[in-house]
Amino acid sequence: MNEIAQAFINTLFKMPKGLYVTFKHIFKKPVTLDYPHEKRTMPPRYRGLHYLERYDDGTERCVCCGLCAAACPADAIYMEPTETENGERQAKVYEINLIRCIYCGFCEEACPEEAIFLGHEYEFSSDDRDSFIYAKEQLLVPQTRTDNPFKRILRRTRRAHLTAGSGK
Amino acid sequence: MLEIALIASIKVIIVIVVVLTGCAWSTWLERKVLGRLQHRIGPSFAGPYGLLQPVADGLKLMFKEDIVPASVEKTMWTIAPIISFIPALLPFAVVPFGIDSTLFGHEVKFVISDLNIGVLFVFAVTSLGVYGIVLAGWSSGSKYSLLGGIRSSAQMISYEIGYGLSIIGVVLVANTLSLREIVEMQGSDSIWFFSNWMIWQQPLGFLLFVTCAFAETNRCPFDMPECESELVAGYHTEYSSMRFAMFFVGEYANMLGVASVAATLFFGGWQGPFLDTAPWLAVVWFVAKVFVFMLGYIWLRATFPRFRYDQLMAFGWKVLLPLALLNAMVTSLLVTLGWL
Repeated sequence: MNEIAQAFINTLFKMPKGLYVTFKHIFKKPVTLDYPHEKRTMPPRYRGLHYLERYDDGTERCVCCGLCAAACPADAIYMEPTETENGERQAKVYEINLIRCIYCGFCEEACPEEAIFLGHEYEFSSDDRDSFIYAKEQLLVPQTRTDNPFKRILRRTRRAHLTAGSGK
Repeated sequence: MLEIALIASIKVIIVIVVVLTGCAWSTWLERKVLGRLQHRIGPSFAGPYGLLQPVADGLKLMFKEDIVPASVEKTMWTIAPIISFIPALLPFAVVPFGIDSTLFGHEVKFVISDLNIGVLFVFAVTSLGVYGIVLAGWSSGSKYSLLGGIRSSAQMISYEIGYGLSIIGVVLVANTLSLREIVEMQGSDSIWFFSNWMIWQQPLGFLLFVTCAFAETNRCPFDMPECESELVAGYHTEYSSMRFAMFFVGEYANMLGVASVAATLFFGGWQGPFLDTAPWLAVVWFVAKVFVFMLGYIWLRATFPRFRYDQLMAFGWKVLLPLALLNAMVTSLLVTLGWL
């Protein structure tokens, strides 16, 4: 008898209450995205795929000093230096192993030339393990690229900070 | 004779195609609505709004490897999905889905077979489906499947009695077992087209019927035989490819069948407004009612957690059965006194 009374109370009062709770949620906006068609805008400090910056005239900023490789806790960066016609130091080989990389951003911090940055790109999955070793050509930004405004601001503030520090 | 056979076979083909298509897009509806209830989008990749998702699923299932585990009892294991699939389609043979009318110069009844014991037939064949589940569980040779099968049989025994008794009231009031006659007596010419629906005379019977129907179709919150979290997938753990698809489609066909029977018995079947001006609306009303029931299935799945096994048995025996008996008793008393 007790169970029957309980069943009636549940059916008449408690179950409609629960159903109402779930019903309300139909009208709420989904928290997920229709992923391949629409993507989240990444937060400005998001650390994704690396890219190598250029000067405004198109020459590479990287001088192959090896500080990024030294800072790298995962030992993911390999480089070999060379010299250009005008006697400037440049990277002949610059490879990042993206499977080893832990995307900590230490290379970005270590770089004295502001040459390497971690960008917002995160869609570089592949079936082939070898294809995760990115060479310099893949990492360098194309010459005609419009600059990432945030990185430009970051670079400017860093430069200002450095000059202020050296002024002391 | 030939004409009758031809009309009957055309009706059978149309109904089977519509039911199977309905099953396919019920899965889409379920995933989409369930997604929205959980703040997700649901399938959106195949076609606009993911509408081609059932087609993609079907193709995927067809091209999957048909694995036969070494431990299975081959014969039983092979026929179990068929046993659970065929009875799921059978209730549609007696459910009326429109007004009898003349199409292309032929008298067409909008029901495959106007059986005078339609209600009994429906309840007989829907109960057969459980054999497929029990046999699948037993013949799989896997502990999860076996537990799923045992649960299914125990659940079936607990619920089938309440299920059968819950419609005794309807049959008593309607004084017939033919689904066509039950639908016809629920019609109303007044503006309150729903005034003669059986649910107003059998509210308790309806609640009991729906509760047992959920258990009958192994749907949440009574999906003990499947029970992903405890039994992996219960009775169809060892099945893959089209064998699994048969269980899957069978489950949805079962849902559609029970929804059609519920709409027929308690919500006037194809009855609805504007039928005298546009008789074809009957089919629309019927489909709309079934659709609402399907939405109800999904809504309840999104809301209620699964029953515990012993709670389920106690609920079946201690609540549903006495209530169904009470309902049958009170209804027969009222019918005898001439009040209903």
